[in-house]
Amino acid sequence: MKIIKNKISLGIRNEITHFKKNWQLTAIAIPAIIMIFIFNYLPLYGLIIPFKNYIPRLGIAGSEWVGLQNFEFLIKTGTIWDAVFNTLAYNLVFLFVGVMIEVCVALMLYELSKKAVKVYQTAMLVPYFLSWVVVAYVLNTLLDKQHGILNNIITFFGGSEIMWYNEPKYWPVIIILSYLWKQVGYGAIVYLASLSGLDSAYFEAAKIYGATKLQQIRYISLPLIRPVITIMLILGIGKIMKGDFGLFYNVTMDSPLLYPTTDVIDTYVYRSLMNVSDLGMSSTTGFVQSVVGFILVITTNHIVNKIDPSNALF
Amino acid sequence: MSKKILSRKGPDKTNLIPVHMVLIIMGVLCAGAFLLVLGSSFQSEKEIQQFGYSIIPRDFSLEAYKMVFTFPEMIFDAYFVTFITTVIGTVLGVFLSASAGYVISRSDYRYNRILTLYIFFTMLFSGGLVPNYILMTQWLGLKNSIWSLILPNIVHAWYIMLMKGFFKAIPEAMMESARIDGASELRIFLKIVLPVSTPVLATVALFYVLGYWNEWFLSLMYIDDQKLIKLQYLLMQILKKTQFMNSEAADAMTASGMPATEIPTLNVRMATCVVAVAPLLVVFPFVQKYFVKGVTVGSVKE
Repeated sequence: MKIIKNKISLGIRNEITHFKKNWQLTAIAIPAIIMIFIFNYLPLYGLIIPFKNYIPRLGIAGSEWVGLQNFEFLIKTGTIWDAVFNTLAYNLVFLFVGVMIEVCVALMLYELSKKAVKVYQTAMLVPYFLSWVVVAYVLNTLLDKQHGILNNIITFFGGSEIMWYNEPKYWPVIIILSYLWKQVGYGAIVYLASLSGLDSAYFEAAKIYGATKLQQIRYISLPLIRPVITIMLILGIGKIMKGDFGLFYNVTMDSPLLYPTTDVIDTYVYRSLMNVSDLGMSSTTGFVQSVVGFILVITTNHIVNKIDPSNALF
Repeated sequence: MSKKILSRKGPDKTNLIPVHMVLIIMGVLCAGAFLLVLGSSFQSEKEIQQFGYSIIPRDFSLEAYKMVFTFPEMIFDAYFVTFITTVIGTVLGVFLSASAGYVISRSDYRYNRILTLYIFFTMLFSGGLVPNYILMTQWLGLKNSIWSLILPNIVHAWYIMLMKGFFKAIPEAMMESARIDGASELRIFLKIVLPVSTPVLATVALFYVLGYWNEWFLSLMYIDDQKLIKLQYLLMQILKKTQFMNSEAADAMTASGMPATEIPTLNVRMATCVVAVAPLLVVFPFVQKYFVKGVTVGSVKE
């Protein structure tokens, strides 16, 4: 009888300490939970705006429901398609060309001593620390019509000045080079880290059997870092609807003449919101962007999970 | 690591020359591009007008920097706002991510899974520009408030996960003794966990500093008040030219008898850019180690 009583009281004590512990831990996390709620979850309520005829004075709740009218309008006017196409095309190029170059750089760095790696890495990370605004300055010294270095070189060789900021046809190249220039050093870190984590026994064995460097890369390095590459590709696919606003807004100096080749969904939404104050259009576009992006992450992750669960993100 | 490098050295060392060549070219292109801005900032306005921008000035001139600091209010204000938002944002941000990261790192915490999901979900889905704009300007009324430059970026799921990974590796025994002594969870977190976690705190702090220092989007969205603009946004305005000519500095110059048209805008633009970027570029090579560590840790899957 006494033993049972003791056991019960022990159980209760355990329960109390558990409760106390959970309560205290929750208390520690509360400030972060609240901030996340305000800045990440509250805005989700705004996702119903596209289904309403939103009038700021009436608020979201007070505005009238209009069904899919905004979506119909968005599709009918069709001005968004250029931006959608640009967003997808640029992101695909960024993703695949980016990963390829980053992996190559990582493979090259992997062959070098720690000291050499540090020197190259420091140099290649510089652009990552610069904001797109500063990158716009750098590009401006090159592309400025009168004083830019490129036009100086062109006229030196007898060519005629190019109005870079008025000519959309050059911009796909400029945008892609800018992106790679800023991103490659950073991206390579990830792959270099996973290469460094590999067991050197593989390479030693391969060397004994006379495998060349390229064979080692092809049959050892690349297969072994495939999980990391897969994850990076999944993350990239998930973000494929999201244009890098800083890149497309600053680097182009928001020059309207360049929109045919530089307008992406994010700059389009920004303009509809801030310049035109078209809340229906901007919120509807944003809604589609968020939802499609979410579906893409979930789907790609699901596919990877099916093929090889160990490579999946979650 | 060292063993592996040693073993890879040897017979095929000569093959590395092309590798070095490629990397040197890439390194020079990456690190060298900012020299375009730096070089141009040391040109005189006349030289730029005549010969264009150049990495190496023909006549080394400090004219642009003198101009920048002749009417320093504008840039000092921007520096001040940038500095304050960076400090407050970093301190609060690191603390918030650490606390959330610690709690979800505890596998004996009852709401571990749901809280992790709550945080992780924000990495997959967001409301987008318009809902955030309405939240900030209408619900929270933060338009033209310094908090609009701090709060929206204060918690990042990614940093929380990064912290969580680190905290998980802390040996349980360290906390056990304190728990037996009856220390509260908060006390254990503050007095035991945080002090042994300085490497990850430093790494995450670096990410925050970089993010807040380079931030311009929030200024673009929420700030009209010229007193509250940050360096990066000032740079944006200057690049669009109009602002500088219409600003107080230009007015002051005109008032002091100097025709506004003689403002050496082009080199001053570049000099302002250098002044804004300098602190980061000077500091970051030294703390790069932590930065690389952070990126590396972040890439390792849970």
